[in-house]
Amino acid sequence: MMTKTTIPVEEFTFPGSTGCPGCGANLVMRYMLKALGERTIVTIPACCWAVMPGYWPSNCLKVPLLYCAFEATGAAISGLRAALDVKGVEDVTVVGFAGDGGTVDIGLQALSGAAERRTDAIYVMYDNEAYMNTGIQRSGSTPWGAWTTTTPVGTSHGFKHESKKDIMAIMQAHKIPYAATVSPAFPEDFVKKIEKAKRTKGFKFIHALSPCPPGWRTNPSLSVEVARLAVDARVFPLYEIDEGKVHITRKGKGLPIVDYLKVQGRFQHLTEPEIDSMQKIVDDNWIMLLLKESSGT
Amino acid sequence: MRMVMTGNYASAYGAKLARAEVIAAYPITPQTSIVEKLAEFVSSGELKAKFIPVEGEHSAMAACIAAQTAGARTYTATSSQGLTLMHEVLMWASGARLPIVMTNVSRAMAPPWNVWVDHMDTVAQRDTGWLQFFCRSNQEVLDTIIMAYKICETSGVMLPAMIVEDAFILSHTSEPVDVPEQALVDSFLPAYSPELKLEVGKPMGFGSLVKPDQYMEFRYKAMLGMKEARERILRVEQEFKHIFGRAHGGLLDLYKCADADVVMVAAGSVAATAMDVVDAMREKGMRVGLARIRAFRPFPHEEFRSLAGKTEGIAVLDRSFTFGAAGAMFTEVKSSIYSCQKRPVVKNYIAGLGGRDITPKILEKIFEDMLVVSKRGAEDEVEWVDVAGLPRRWR
Repeated sequence: MMTKTTIPVEEFTFPGSTGCPGCGANLVMRYMLKALGERTIVTIPACCWAVMPGYWPSNCLKVPLLYCAFEATGAAISGLRAALDVKGVEDVTVVGFAGDGGTVDIGLQALSGAAERRTDAIYVMYDNEAYMNTGIQRSGSTPWGAWTTTTPVGTSHGFKHESKKDIMAIMQAHKIPYAATVSPAFPEDFVKKIEKAKRTKGFKFIHALSPCPPGWRTNPSLSVEVARLAVDARVFPLYEIDEGKVHITRKGKGLPIVDYLKVQGRFQHLTEPEIDSMQKIVDDNWIMLLLKESSGT
Repeated sequence: MRMVMTGNYASAYGAKLARAEVIAAYPITPQTSIVEKLAEFVSSGELKAKFIPVEGEHSAMAACIAAQTAGARTYTATSSQGLTLMHEVLMWASGARLPIVMTNVSRAMAPPWNVWVDHMDTVAQRDTGWLQFFCRSNQEVLDTIIMAYKICETSGVMLPAMIVEDAFILSHTSEPVDVPEQALVDSFLPAYSPELKLEVGKPMGFGSLVKPDQYMEFRYKAMLGMKEARERILRVEQEFKHIFGRAHGGLLDLYKCADADVVMVAAGSVAATAMDVVDAMREKGMRVGLARIRAFRPFPHEEFRSLAGKTEGIAVLDRSFTFGAAGAMFTEVKSSIYSCQKRPVVKNYIAGLGGRDITPKILEKIFEDMLVVSKRGAEDEVEWVDVAGLPRRWR
């Protein structure tokens, strides 16, 4: 017997997105809008999704969409909320939907400002771990060890030697009421968290892992599988920070990191000792997360 | 009601009387008292608006853009480094056809650090698609803000406007200002209701990607909007005069130019000093006049062409300098009159950068120089005025 899912049936994206085959960001947008519904206004800065709705006058979203400047998402959601407030419109969810570069790098100031101002909005970062729209350049969210076109392998410096910015910790430090990580491989957990964010007043942050076949050098048919491996190998744990309290929503199988790395071309150059050191980083982060959960912080 | 107030308070009262609904602003010297006064108006409930205390000027403009796209009338104010930080989103506001109104307290650019008046910040934004109005008095600041909303919110225009106050000379100097009754302003300026806005139930993309075979048409339409703005400025000022009993000179404010042998072109507060100098020199029998650039965008090309036939020499005073070229107003004036049958001699005087005083004596010397140059032509087309180490003495 089939189990009934909790994911809303209605779609808020038309077919015709210009995303690549197997694009994780397509799934992130789809599940997010399913959870939020029609009474939503989305703003998108420069990123893959600035191109994916299609050329004017076509648009594959069934909600109003404001394109904004690359670094301006945090400011744009504040402006949208202020306009709705002054017009007395209360039941509309304002969403900023940005990539990792537009969030942890060029957009970090505006994001911090919007969070500090307690703007009543949801900020979703779909994290494909590099500047993918411009063709795979490193970002502050690219993990240690990854190949990108600006961290080329086989040169004196080689792959990326700096670790990924912990955007969830940055957001937690802003004392926002709700932050969560989501994965397109676990849509029920995803939708539940977005629904919770919608119910919560104030600034909410969602960190969505977004597999990118061209950038990660993965088979487009494996995007959901890769996203699942990220959770099971605890590279991308699923958790929420609700009023400051950490709660892990899915512990994952604890697979070795090599299972996650071996399906991606961007990590193929890594040696065994390098993979071991990555494993150690993942293990340490996982222990830290468990400690945060048990200590109630 | 007549009140004594600074240019900055005139800006704040202007935005309040225009019933700005969303104000997003970031403090910068010497604009700060505009932001403070508006925050006070909003907090006391005198102005029913949302005030967004943004974390920078780029965000101030980005927040205004979002709010205006959602159908709210917005206002912001900035200066110098803040204005130039906004550059990207200034282009965004005009490209998106949003009639945002902003005060820029014109101040010199660093380095070296300098918080006093010149027009480099404003002039550097001339290509952003904003209407730009230079003001001569605090009254003009208040009135122009109210007029700007009416000019820009016309469906044929739909472009943003920048009202320029000279740093400290207007921003921090008190003058008597007539603050009109709210009801009178309401009768002049209706509520903002754009044809298109972000609205739930009407999914549309604002600012989508367009291909090369579509892009130029968007730019062409913005050009038509700026063309329409020219006529609108004149018409709205007539209406304003009818209701409030005063006007400020359209795009090019002419003072005693009809029979002038030589005309000085200037913008901003120095024009007020220049009017006194014109009077004093006329008493001594010299026929001089003043053409004050009020609208720098759209530029008063037609007005300059008709002025060209009536005078022998034009002295263009620029309070900024475009390196590798000349003063921006000088090059604009020259290009305006190039197609005229009779072309007067034109010379550029660069003066008053970084808040250096442009005294009546300096203005008088410029007129005197121009009276000579207009007869025999200019050796140097561009002269820097009152700079240490240069041969000519101005003081």
